[in-house]
Amino acid sequence: MTPSSPDALVPADRDGDNEIAVALSGITKRFPGVVANDDISLQFRRGEVHALLGENGAGKSTLMSILSGMQRPDSGRIEVAGRTVAIGSPAAALRLGIGTVYQHVLLVPSLTVIENLMLGAPWWRRCDRKATLARFDELRDLLSTKLEPDAPVGRLSLGEQQQVEIMRALWHGEFVVILDEPTSMLTPQGVEELGTVIRRLRDHGVAIVFITHKLKEAYDLADRISVLRLGKVVGSLAPDDLRRRSEKEVIDAVIAMIFGRAQEDAGLKDTLLGSAHKAGERAALAKDLPPRLVVEGASTLASRGECPLTGASLEIRPGEVLGIAGVDGNGQKHLAEALAGQRQLSAGRIELDGDSIQDLDVIARRAKGVRYITDERLDEGTAAHHSLAVNLVIKEIGKDPFWQQGITKWGKILGHAREKIESHDIRTPSARTAIGKLSGGNIQKALLAREWSPDATLVIFNKPTYGLDLQNTLRARAWIRGGAGAPGAAIVVISNELDELLDVSHRIAVMNGGRIVGTVEVKPGAEVEIGRLMTGADSAPAGGDEAGQQTR
Amino acid sequence: MTGRQLQSLLGGLARVLLPVALALIAGAVLLLLLGKDPLAYYGYVIKRGLLSPTGLQASITRTIPLLTIAAGLIVAFRAGLWNLGVDGQFLLAAVCVAALAPALVTVMPVLPAILICFVVAFAVGALWSLIPALLKARHGINEIISTLMMSFLGVSLANVLIKIPFNDPTTTVPQTATLPVEDRLLRLGDTTIPCGILIALAAVLLVHVMMERTSLGMKLQIVGANPRAARHAGLNLQRLTVVAFALSAGLAGLAGALDVLGVHGTIRADWNPAYGILVIPLVFLARFNGYAVIAFVFFFAVLMIGGESAARRLGVPNFFVLVLVALLMIFFAVTEYLDQRRRSRLGV
Repeated sequence: MTPSSPDALVPADRDGDNEIAVALSGITKRFPGVVANDDISLQFRRGEVHALLGENGAGKSTLMSILSGMQRPDSGRIEVAGRTVAIGSPAAALRLGIGTVYQHVLLVPSLTVIENLMLGAPWWRRCDRKATLARFDELRDLLSTKLEPDAPVGRLSLGEQQQVEIMRALWHGEFVVILDEPTSMLTPQGVEELGTVIRRLRDHGVAIVFITHKLKEAYDLADRISVLRLGKVVGSLAPDDLRRRSEKEVIDAVIAMIFGRAQEDAGLKDTLLGSAHKAGERAALAKDLPPRLVVEGASTLASRGECPLTGASLEIRPGEVLGIAGVDGNGQKHLAEALAGQRQLSAGRIELDGDSIQDLDVIARRAKGVRYITDERLDEGTAAHHSLAVNLVIKEIGKDPFWQQGITKWGKILGHAREKIESHDIRTPSARTAIGKLSGGNIQKALLAREWSPDATLVIFNKPTYGLDLQNTLRARAWIRGGAGAPGAAIVVISNELDELLDVSHRIAVMNGGRIVGTVEVKPGAEVEIGRLMTGADSAPAGGDEAGQQTR
Repeated sequence: MTGRQLQSLLGGLARVLLPVALALIAGAVLLLLLGKDPLAYYGYVIKRGLLSPTGLQASITRTIPLLTIAAGLIVAFRAGLWNLGVDGQFLLAAVCVAALAPALVTVMPVLPAILICFVVAFAVGALWSLIPALLKARHGINEIISTLMMSFLGVSLANVLIKIPFNDPTTTVPQTATLPVEDRLLRLGDTTIPCGILIALAAVLLVHVMMERTSLGMKLQIVGANPRAARHAGLNLQRLTVVAFALSAGLAGLAGALDVLGVHGTIRADWNPAYGILVIPLVFLARFNGYAVIAFVFFFAVLMIGGESAARRLGVPNFFVLVLVALLMIFFAVTEYLDQRRRSRLGV
């Protein structure tokens, strides 16, 4: 998916006059205290990939949920195929031929591909396998994939699951598909395959709305780019503009739109383009100190569908940032949980500053300065219905000064929350707002605020910038690079964005099949070696079956 | 801003009063279909349950076990544990106290005897929840099923106890020895209301304060809200599960002691008031809020007492009270659903 020239991206027979599939005019949607969409007018055309760019909170998700029938606009008109419509429910959107593929896969893992596709049928109708299969074959040819109709969805790679979702979105007619951050969960190869699918759909005449905050992808795939900022459309690049300008010109123009000024901030641009590691400056390391964290032969037990640790070993020196790279589902989650004390080791040992800690629980390890920022923010990081203030002290329940003799000091808890809101720039109506109502980026800021401590000895970050906007991604990365505010702490960063690891780490360890298969010093050209380790090109990992499933 | 506050206050009131009104209207329609005069029925229920002095005292007395059980249910439900076995816990504790109290008062003064009875009742209730609690904590076994099964076992065991070891041979029907009236809980002033009402009210308020203002309450709330977040935060899920169950079932046991020591003085075989099953919907209606529980339980007690009188007088079956509660639940659910839909349309 490497762009050669803009001309190659926008075929010559394609111009700005394709048939309009969906036209939005004057769409406004208010939430208490925010105008999420402010008088938005956009047109999505058939046979065109229309990228919507913007920071977190720019209004992309709201616009998407209006199009997919999850929300209704306060004012404004939606025309589908020239007819004014009201999209009252997701089912109505599907009937109009508008299908949505969400960021996270929404399939039943225990059912087969074809069964998942039959789920949408009305309850009073019998499941007609033959007709479903016929449609499945049609779409499979269109997408040019090799999906098996009777494969259980849980066995498919994330990329293949996404293809099933795209099929479902196209089920009622190949008309409009909305893709919400479709590449965030995919391997580089998966991204490439998705690009192929998107191009095929475009050539078939589907209108594709491609929501992303990765500028590089937008540039590679889109025929038209629109940028949202603070709920408004602040600029668009028509196919003509994209064709005429060079890659650099397009990127400069889009960055200027995203941030509302012609900003020549090298850091922002590098982050957008995924070349941030060139700009990163790491804290210097004292190489002669004994390691702070030693993990030796760590193994865990896994339930079905998880990848356990199968004898992972690593060492981290004081102040060192160790990146953990690897395709998702190769034991990273178990490594993080085993370090944090949420998961028992079945074998092996963990030493922090020479003391073995593998038998300590979460609280005892936290007292020793272990901090864990989980990647499952809503599933385990927070209690969604509880306030931001409570969630900020959820790991301190019963401790001074928030509780005294077991009595809750609400004043202290709320005061602490206000400090954190201020110091970590958490955008929230108030400290009492249920944390689940905040945006993903702000929830992540709250988690970072909760785990921040100057006395930390071991900080584990699991996908620390996932879902953050550019400014906050940059801030978070700079913060990790600078030692996460805990001088001398051993820092583990797990991420599936290699570029991020290259940016923040001193060394990068690669996980495959529950083991560390190699560790690479960060220096120019490290990517190649890491890529080789990630794909298992020069090792035969234990538990390779599972890894093979994931990467296939 | 004040307009907005007023609006939200009115909205909140409407959300409570509208379903009540609708339930009463639907109940009236049912009464008409049964050939009864709904106005006479409702008037009689209110007169006998609320307005007459003896009726009011009977209603308040009836709230004692209901409130104490409700306090226990609040603990469990807010910790996300569905303790549906309160009837077994209640009855077993009540039977043990009914056997123990008459024996104790012969060997010691009344006050320590009563205190010992309270402790024993709490312990018996808590003990009866131990098996479901451990199954849930250790193996994740669904507590709805296990508490219900333990409840059936508890009720049966209580009957066995009454008929064999605790049977008072001086009576013709199987029942426990009777606690003399002068040894029962003190009455409030010159009413017939036992002072157990103070204990019941205190139980509800203490539970409310515990859940809202203590670290234990906060831990239980987090366990209830998201067990995985609790595990992530390092809370001891197993211990908290057992503690929540013990508190919940212990309060159900205490309710049994209050009912025996304050009202009945003895228990006959096959007596099972099934208070727990009656209180569960009320606790849900009150959304686990202690103050709201007091209001709902009182309202329900008035219906029960008035309904019992009306059953004798007007020939409307006693069960009609349960029909009213069921209607109330349905209309609460419908109002809630419509309100949610309205909100999601407004995007609030």
